[in-house]
Amino acid sequence: MEHIVEMLGIRKEFPGIVANDNVTLQLRRGEIHALLGENGAGKSTLMGILFGMYQPDAGVIKIRGKETKIANPNVANDLGIGMVHQHFKLVHNFTVTENIILGNEPRKGLLYDTKSAGKRIAELSKQYGLNVDPDAKIEDISVGMQQRVEILKMLYREAEVLIFDEPTAVLTPQEIRDLMDIMKSLKAEGKSIILITHKLKEIKAVADRCTVIRRGKLIGTVDVATTSEAEMAKMMVGRDVSFTVDKAKIETGDTVLRIDSLTVLNNKKVPGLKSFSLDVRRGEIVGIAGVEGNGQTELVEALTGLRKPESGTIWFNGQDITRYPVRRRIESGIAHIPEDRQKRGLVLDYTVEENMILEVYYRAPYAKRGLLQRNEIRGHAERIIRDFDVRAGEGAASKARSLSGGNQQKAIIGREVELDPLLLIAVQPTRGLDVGSIEYIHKRLVEQRNKGKAVLLVSLELDEVLGLSDRIAVLNNGELIGIVNAAETNENEIGLMMAGIGKEAESR
Amino acid sequence: MKNAIVSLLAVLFGLIAGALLMAVTGSNPVAGYTYLFEGGLKSIERIGNTLATATPLIFTGLSVAFAFRTGLFNIGASGQMLFGGFCATFVGLTLDLPKAILVPVVIVVGFVAGALWAFLPGLLKAKFNVHEVVSTIMLNWTAYWVVYNVVPAYLKGSYETESRPLPPNAQLRMGWLSDLFGGSYINLGIFLGVLAVIAIAFIIDRTTLGYEMKAVGFNRHAAEFAGMAVDRNIVLAMVISGGLAGLGGVAQYMGNAINIQIGHLPTQGFDGIAVALLGANNPYGVLLAAIFFGLLYSGRGYMNAMVGIPPEISDTIIAIIIYFAATSILIERLISRLLRKRREKRDANAESGRA
Repeated sequence: MEHIVEMLGIRKEFPGIVANDNVTLQLRRGEIHALLGENGAGKSTLMGILFGMYQPDAGVIKIRGKETKIANPNVANDLGIGMVHQHFKLVHNFTVTENIILGNEPRKGLLYDTKSAGKRIAELSKQYGLNVDPDAKIEDISVGMQQRVEILKMLYREAEVLIFDEPTAVLTPQEIRDLMDIMKSLKAEGKSIILITHKLKEIKAVADRCTVIRRGKLIGTVDVATTSEAEMAKMMVGRDVSFTVDKAKIETGDTVLRIDSLTVLNNKKVPGLKSFSLDVRRGEIVGIAGVEGNGQTELVEALTGLRKPESGTIWFNGQDITRYPVRRRIESGIAHIPEDRQKRGLVLDYTVEENMILEVYYRAPYAKRGLLQRNEIRGHAERIIRDFDVRAGEGAASKARSLSGGNQQKAIIGREVELDPLLLIAVQPTRGLDVGSIEYIHKRLVEQRNKGKAVLLVSLELDEVLGLSDRIAVLNNGELIGIVNAAETNENEIGLMMAGIGKEAESR
Repeated sequence: MKNAIVSLLAVLFGLIAGALLMAVTGSNPVAGYTYLFEGGLKSIERIGNTLATATPLIFTGLSVAFAFRTGLFNIGASGQMLFGGFCATFVGLTLDLPKAILVPVVIVVGFVAGALWAFLPGLLKAKFNVHEVVSTIMLNWTAYWVVYNVVPAYLKGSYETESRPLPPNAQLRMGWLSDLFGGSYINLGIFLGVLAVIAIAFIIDRTTLGYEMKAVGFNRHAAEFAGMAVDRNIVLAMVISGGLAGLGGVAQYMGNAINIQIGHLPTQGFDGIAVALLGANNPYGVLLAAIFFGLLYSGRGYMNAMVGIPPEISDTIIAIIIYFAATSILIERLISRLLRKRREKRDANAESGRA
């Protein structure tokens, strides 16, 4: 079997850690090869080496059988290696065509020849079924479409090896399905693909083979068709992983949160959430399902006090908290795992321990008479690090910025759970995390419920909403389409409701 | 630690560049530097004067550094210093009280007036998102014209362009202190400055107030998420920053000088930015940087008198140091690139040795 890319015995050290230790990855021509590993296992480092962003400390890279040194990403480009980064590298006020030709603009005399480039892009788009309008501006197209522009960029540069870095993290379920189809058609056209991911479902759906690494070490390469998801998960995490959430049936208690015909404006000053009503009781997890941008952000920000509602009332534990400021809501027992952990959840330039007191820094025992109590703060952070398995190079004194995404998220969840809230609002709590961490976080959320707390779960992952929730409220275009019991519904029904096709019965 | 190395390198490069300049203009750099430092340190009196020159810089540097740490760029330390000094002078010339009461009063007045001058930009920033660089620069000139008009009208001294000299009871100068330093104009300001450095370092690192203001400066959204009063913190940070600059005005106009002149925006306000930069926005770094700048400023006249090197050379050295401090990233990159080159060369040698 011919290999187009071979990375043999790669080793890469960073100060304090060995990111890759004798890792070998062999990519056959025309296959989709998944690279699976937990957050921080060394996937990105390995691909960074292939793409010329890092130099390996040991090991050999062979491209088309020839030993090669990839000094920088330009060399990688010339070798026909292209990468779709997790965070797209696009100029927002440029058109698709302008973005794609950026860096090697075709010329016609003194002028740029965007026309013929546009034509070629249109052809490529058609050939691979990408359906991209070459003249659209990036800022006007959806995230899924932007990703296709990134794919087109590689195709335009005649890349033969395409690296996808966690491509589905930012996509809706429908977009994910489309992307899978695109990847299959790329394969059919003879391209070779490396798919970096920790989502087993996707690997099962498209990949031929899968290489698993754990804590920088190669665990093995397996055939996807003959390996079960559970086996791959075990290879990745190093122990058995359960996919279904164990959830005993428990009695729900008093109503903790009552939302009464809440209307909230979005950033464009039009109602993003329209006359929304919902009750959440002790001992239940209520899931909010919906495609991104259908009012979830407005709902959560109104509940947490970050956005003023236009009309309606929020009752919490018997009090009207509609006009309460953020801090008073936190003090009365609302905790919030925010959607964007780097924007809202953490001060990246602060250390872990400083971040762990973000909401409680002014209270005893962390502060006395306005002075920070270093020992108490350190102890608090170390407790969270231990209880929530947060891995940080320098422990509590590490800068939050230096933690991997999964560990940042675990730290935030630890901080919020430590507040011992009556209501925990969890928004996308497992976005971008590996199965090990997801399992862990799900357990913690169910634990809150079992302790008689109320949990409001907002997630774009349908599996997550279905698996965790006791009841599910579906949002479409800012309106509540209906509320269903998780035990009595399925993916199809919820999917239809997400598309706005109503289930009138027990709502309102 | 890394910041300290970069700052020291910046100083070193600045001094080397200054030496080159002296050599190019036909002077002896060794003699130049000898007289420059002698001018600032030769006698106990000169040391006193160096410290006095450094005092307003300690305050303005602290003002700018504190604002930086809380995510604000206070470019109006000049106006705040002028207004603080002016208001304090006004009170000092108006009230007739014993020194033990009047000096604390003028210090408080200077702080409050400087704080007031920064309160407005803080408020504008918090409520209307008006950038503080614009509003503080505008207020620099407002302070300038207020002084320009009020001093001749109410406080006129022997010339139209300056106020009456302050009575000894309102001055920061102390007889015993000047005597101790051989007649220098060093005054209580230096003690106040050191106290301010300690206080600000304490606030920034140890208090919930500092924690909050830094959080707001680093990440406004996270601060909001955590329930901090973002607007109030912005205003408060500006007020403290302005108050510090106001104290600089008190030290300058009531200690180093004994009256206030019209038609000048104090340059210390802008030098404060350089001091903060060289001090890496660390209060103790600011203290050292201010004293170093004070040394250059107070020694340059002596250097000029002794070997005829123009005093502008020392300004140039300061300017070059600022360039290097401001481009510290470039210095860091240069260092890491040199290190990498050397490592690669070593690796290559090892490779060929093996082959």
